[in-house]
This record gives sequence, C-alpha cells and structure tokens, in this order.
Amino acid sequence: MIALRVTKRDVMPRKKEYAVRVLAVVLSIVFAGVIMLFFGLDPFEIFKSLVVGSVGTQMRIKQTLIKAIPLCIASLGISVAFRMKFWNIGAEGQITLGAAAATFVALNLGQTTPKPVMLLVMAMAAIVAGGLWAFIPAIFKAKLGTNETIFTLMLNYIAIKFVMYLQYGPWIDPAAQGFPKIAMFSENAILPNVFGLHIGWIIALVLVIVVHVFISKTKKGYEISVVGQSVETARYAGMNISNIIITAMLLSGGMCGLVGMIQASAIEKSLVYSIANNYGFTAIITAWLARLNSAAILLVCIVFAMLIQGGAYIQIAMNVPSSVSSIVQGTILFFVLGSEFFLQYKIGRVPQLQKEVA
Amino acid sequence: MEKTTAIEMMGISKSFGPIQANKDVYLDVSQGEVHAILGENGAGKSTLMNMLSGIYTPDSGMIRLYGEPVRFSSPKDAIRRGIGMIYQHFNLVDVMTATENILIGQPVGFMLRTKSLSHKIRELSDRYGLDIDPDKCVCDMSVGEKQTLEILKVLYRGARILIMDEPTAVLTPQEIKKLFRIIRNMKQQGCAVVIITHKLNEVMEISDRVTVLRKGSSIGTVNTMDVDIPNLIEMMVGKKVDLQITKKSIDADRRQVLLEMDEVTVLDSEGKKALSEVSFELRKYEILGVAGVANSGQKELCESIAGLIRPDKGRIFFEGDNLVGKTPRDIIQLGIRMGFIPEDRLGMGLVGSMDIVSNIILKDYQNQPGLLIQKEECTEKAKKIVRELDIQTPSIYTSVQQLSGGNIQKVLLGREIDSSPKVLITAYAVRGLDIGASYKIYDMLNEQKEKGVGVLFVGEDLDVLMDLCDRILVLCHGEVTGIVDPSGVTKEEIGLLMTGRRKEVEVNAQ
Repeated sequence: MIALRVTKRDVMPRKKEYAVRVLAVVLSIVFAGVIMLFFGLDPFEIFKSLVVGSVGTQMRIKQTLIKAIPLCIASLGISVAFRMKFWNIGAEGQITLGAAAATFVALNLGQTTPKPVMLLVMAMAAIVAGGLWAFIPAIFKAKLGTNETIFTLMLNYIAIKFVMYLQYGPWIDPAAQGFPKIAMFSENAILPNVFGLHIGWIIALVLVIVVHVFISKTKKGYEISVVGQSVETARYAGMNISNIIITAMLLSGGMCGLVGMIQASAIEKSLVYSIANNYGFTAIITAWLARLNSAAILLVCIVFAMLIQGGAYIQIAMNVPSSVSSIVQGTILFFVLGSEFFLQYKIGRVPQLQKEVA
Repeated sequence: MEKTTAIEMMGISKSFGPIQANKDVYLDVSQGEVHAILGENGAGKSTLMNMLSGIYTPDSGMIRLYGEPVRFSSPKDAIRRGIGMIYQHFNLVDVMTATENILIGQPVGFMLRTKSLSHKIRELSDRYGLDIDPDKCVCDMSVGEKQTLEILKVLYRGARILIMDEPTAVLTPQEIKKLFRIIRNMKQQGCAVVIITHKLNEVMEISDRVTVLRKGSSIGTVNTMDVDIPNLIEMMVGKKVDLQITKKSIDADRRQVLLEMDEVTVLDSEGKKALSEVSFELRKYEILGVAGVANSGQKELCESIAGLIRPDKGRIFFEGDNLVGKTPRDIIQLGIRMGFIPEDRLGMGLVGSMDIVSNIILKDYQNQPGLLIQKEECTEKAKKIVRELDIQTPSIYTSVQQLSGGNIQKVLLGREIDSSPKVLITAYAVRGLDIGASYKIYDMLNEQKEKGVGVLFVGEDLDVLMDLCDRILVLCHGEVTGIVDPSGVTKEEIGLLMTGRRKEVEVNAQ
C-alpha cells in the first residue's frame, strides 16, 4: 500500500504561486469541458461561444461591462469587510436597500431638480441605506459577539421581501393599471453615459483605486487589517475594536448600497425587488478569488461578467442551458480554492516500512 | 553494572522543506540511564524525540531498540514498543479521575474492571514511588500531580523508555525535587529516561550522560560527571559565552514610587478570583520580578495595568493618576508599555502576516497626524531595531511569521523599548530564546532600569529572576504571597511562597 502524507509547505516563491493558480484555472476549464462532453455537448464549441457571446460584438462587450460594474463595486465593498474577517454575505440585501433608498429620492425629489443634485442625493441615500443595513449586524457583532454570517444572510431576505412589499403595496405605480411595478424614474434620475456606457464604469475604476489606497495607505485600513489578523494584537495596541468593525461595515455596506443606486438608475430605471440579481452573492466569489486585492477584483469581475453574459448567449444561440456557464463558474471556484491547499501543503509518499526483524 | 543499550539512533536526518531540523544525529541510551538532550531552541531536540516517539519519520538513518532496527509510522507503533513520551502540555481530561484518564484509549471490555486496574495502578505507584490517588479528579490536581499522572499513564501502557519534553518548565522547585525522585526510581528499575531540557543546573543534577545538539547536529555525548556548566554551554553555543547578569543597585532615594497597585481584585469569566487584593509598588530604577507557577494571575496582573481588563475592585496609581477606567490607548500614551509573549508568540503584540515595519508602527501610528499612515519614519526605526538587536531577517519587509521565535521576540521587545517607556511590563520575555539572545534581553532590561524605567518582569526561571531582579513578587492563585529581596532568600523559600505558604515577615527590599 502506498501511504500518502501531507506536510506543511514553506512560503512559496511568488512565481510558483502564480503558476499554481494559473494551472488551477486551466484545469478547471479542462474539467468543465469533460463535464460538457459527458452531457454530449462539444466543449470547444461552447467555450468559443462563451467568448464570442461575451466580447464578440461591441454590443456584447457593452453588456458584459454592464454586468462587470455592479459585480466589481460589490466585490470591493465585500473585500473591505472580509479583510477584517467579518464575513459579510449580506451584500445582496445592502444592494437592494440602497436601490430602494435611491428610488425613494428619485420618486420624491421632483422632476425639476437639476440632474447632478438629484443623482448625488440618490447616491448618498443609497450609501447611507446600504451602510445602515450593514451597521445592524456590525453593532451586534461588536457589542454582543453575534455571528455575522447568519445575521447578514438573513438580513438579505428581509431587505428583498421589504422591497417586494413596496413594489406590490405602497409604491405601486397607479399608472400601471394594477400591474405590480414601481414608476419609472424621470430623466433627471438616470445616470449619464460616458463613451456609450453608463458612468458606473468610471465609479468602479475610481473605487478600485480608492479601496486600494484605503487599505494599504490609511490608518483605518491598517487597523482593519490588524483586526482581521489578530483581535488580541489589536487590543494590545490599544485599538478600539468595536469602532473599527463598525467603520469597516459602514464602508462595506455603503459601497454595496451604491451598487443598488447604479442598478436602479442606469439599468432598471426603476426599482424591482430582484434588483440585486445575485450580484451580491457572486461578488463574494469574485472577491475571494481575487484574494481581496483591488486590482485583481477588477480582472476577476470582468471574467465572471463574461461568463454570465456568455452563459446568456449560449442559451439563446445554441439552445444550451445557461447552467453550463454556472458549471464553469463553479469549477473555477472549486479548483482555485482547491489550489490553496496545494499552496500550503505538499503531499509526499511515506517511506515504506522496513520489515522488522522480530 | 552491565548495561544494555536501549535506544540507538544512528545518522538520523530530517528536514522540513529547506530547513534541516536534524542532520546526521547519533544518540545512544542505555537501560537504567538518565540521558539529557541539551540544546538551544531550534537545535532539533524536539524533532529528534518526535522521531523516536513515532510522530515523524526520519528521512534517513536508523533507529534500533534493544539492538533491533525499528521503523515507526505512528505514535502507536512506538507505544507498542515501550516508548512513552510526556509532553509539556498534558493530555488529560479534566473532569475525569486519574483511573479514568489512564483507561482512555485502552482496549478494555464493555465493563470497566476498575478493581484489577486499581491493583495495577497501586503496584506501579509503589514500584516507582508515584504518589497518586487513583480516584482524584484531574481538575483538583496540581500541575505536579498531573505530570505524575502522565508518567503513570505511559508506564501503565508498558513504557520502559520515557521521553520527557522540558518536564520542569511548569513545576515549582519542590515539585521538581519530587519529579527527580521519580526519575531516579525509574532508573533503578531499569528504565531508560530521556530528558529534553535547556536548564543546565538540572542536567548536572539528574542526568548520567548528556548529548548536546547544535543546529540540528549532535555535537557530542559526555558523561555528566566529567563536565561542568561552562563546558556544556560552550558545546551548546559553539563558543565561550560570558553569562553574567550584572545587577546594579541604584540609591534608594532615587527609587521613587512609579506605579502603585492598591488591593486590585480581578474576577475571571467564571467569577473566580484571578487576582485577589493585590497590592504592590513599582519603583523607578528597579526591576520587579513576578514569580509563580503558570496561570497564577500573571496575565491578569499585566493586563489590568495595561488597561486591557478592568479590575473589579481596587485602584492602580501611576504618577498620581488612577489608571482604572482609562482606555489601553490612554495608558500607552502615559508611557506604560507592555510586551507579553504568549506561548505561540504571535497571538498578542504582533501581526504575523505583516512585515517588520508594519509591526513596529502598531503602537505609534495613532500619534501621526492625518488619515494616511506614514511609514518612512518607522522604516528608519525598524532598520535601527534590526541592527541594534541583531535580528536575523532577510529584510525589514519580511513578514514576521517567517522569522524564528527569538527574532520575533526581539522585534516585539525592541518596539516596546524603543518607545522610551516609563514603565515596561515584560512577560516571559525570553521564552524560547537561546542563551545568547536571553542574555542580550537581560542586558536590555538592565539598561532600561538604569535609565530610570520601572520594569515589571514576569519570569519563569527562578535562577534568572533571582539574578536579575531587585525585588521579587510571588503570586499564588492570584494572591501575593510575598515580596522578597532575592539576596535574602533561597530558591526553596520562594518555591514555598509559590505554593501558597505565606511568608510571615516580608523581607522589604530597599
């Protein structure tokens, strides 16, 4: 019998580390291909269509980027909380409530409000709403030590059901003749386009830089990293831990809230209860795959947006369910997370036992 | 007396990645012999013993037991062959009795045959002079008793070769005496005992032969009778070292009171008293030692001064201010610095994944103006600390967790000292350090004292405490059982205080 033994590795050189990660992605694609073969699909054809469907024409590139924007901003928000080892999986709810707050402003501030004022107030409202929604689990964690994972997860459903109630009840558009929808925004509440794409892409790029600087160059960012690494050490250094948790979550939730505003204003031009459209959950995956690194988040989110967009395309063009694309997403996640194991441990063969001369 | 060889390890090598933990090590231990393995931290003592007890397998080399080559693939194999290992951290179930603990993991029938077991335990106890009540619950036992129980456990499993990893680290002098008596009994019964240690006095007292390891290799094996302590140190370190702690006494009139604890009581999470009406004064120009067996309230004492826990009763005065109720931040600003070295070294005080600069900045960044963190100044500071304390690191941008234990400690202590504190609290400052580094740290503390700093030194090694400190405060179960002048007491007397016997008249050191 060959016995295998797992031993801890020393720190790996950077180059090798990247090689392992790239290999993991390649393997995941090969593996996904094998699954497709198993279902009688042609993997080469499908991968080609995924690419063609996501970046094949200018229109498709635009659609891909439109999906990358919310994913990227939400991932950045999540990465701030994750850096503190605060498992904020409530982005979905924070996005939804951010959208609701922005909508409230859009519907009530009046059509004569100048566009910049209107958009700024909407953004502020969304950031505050998302931040507050994240503040609730944060304060409970800081003061009572509650588990943030369950807490943030459950708040998602409350937020979504609340907006559903608004959509079917108090905010229903009387002009829609009983159809449960909220009124469309007036022109002054819609984000402008820059180079043919709504301005969200600029916001996303700016935030990539802002979050990077915040984490690596500011005192608060430093504190967040220290708390994430060792709460005891932070305590010894005289940091106010509750304060840090709450600040980080306000930022994290605020960014997710802003996603809600962008989606409501630029995409739906109204509010629907499904406004978050799973971006809040997918962003957890992208933030994690990017190892919470801002620049990497940008890249990973574009790739994932391609998969989402390409998945929609193969469904229509090839009559292949878009779940195939989800399978690819899943295998990438599986392989990349799995590669973490090989980065930290190595597997060797146990030397064979000599026969004891007994 | 004719002695048969119990263990032979020949040309043993073992590496973990690029680190060679053991290189071509030779060791032989006879029956009826107490054999000490001596070496500095990181010399490969524990790795070697872990190979003997089946936790690791050697990369090359051969192990022979009573002349037969063996190869263990798990600790079970080693136990089956009569090798028992006793670790520093006991593996006992607190809520069970001694007998039950011995039974755990043993192949027994459905019913516990306690009677025959009790018989066997008694027999073993008598033979080796182990003083254990089989029905006593582990949670009621002292550290010494727990260790005795661990010994009994491995003997019950049939061990004839005992390996003990730093067995005296947690014991009082009295308990150490008792342990040595047990070890001598085992020796007389023909057992082979291997002791891993870095305490030289103990090596001289108990062992028959010593094998010295240095940087993973065996330097040599000598008869204890033929050597003295300086010889052993030279073998360990590879060069002659001057091991003198020079204690300068400063005039009494300059030694004003700096910090005063006034009947401080701290309750732990279960409402038990972790500190009970602790009162003492810490003066300028002095090192006040804190002695006591592990977990006697040392941590609570340090943390309540640093503001990390709030005393339930009592006051702490620093330059006329009551510290109780102040935040840790405020207390740091007042010039009270603490370096607590926990067992894992990184748990408190340092962030393992961050580089040296980011760790140096940990307590200073809040004083910087503005929102951004300025690293330039700290980069200089980090370079200075690395240079002055001779920290072995590829660069100041190396993450702290990649450094060796001693170097990690230097980073921590260097940071605290660099802030020119008024009060310096160090707990277990030399834990896990090699001899040279330890003395470097003692020198640093003495320097601080001569500058007028009041140093609170929580220590483990009584010899060191007596050499280094001007006064020693002894804690037992959270109570101060005495504050003594080390020149006026013996180690045994301090040992008695550590076990709770209060000193009638306190020797007041001035």
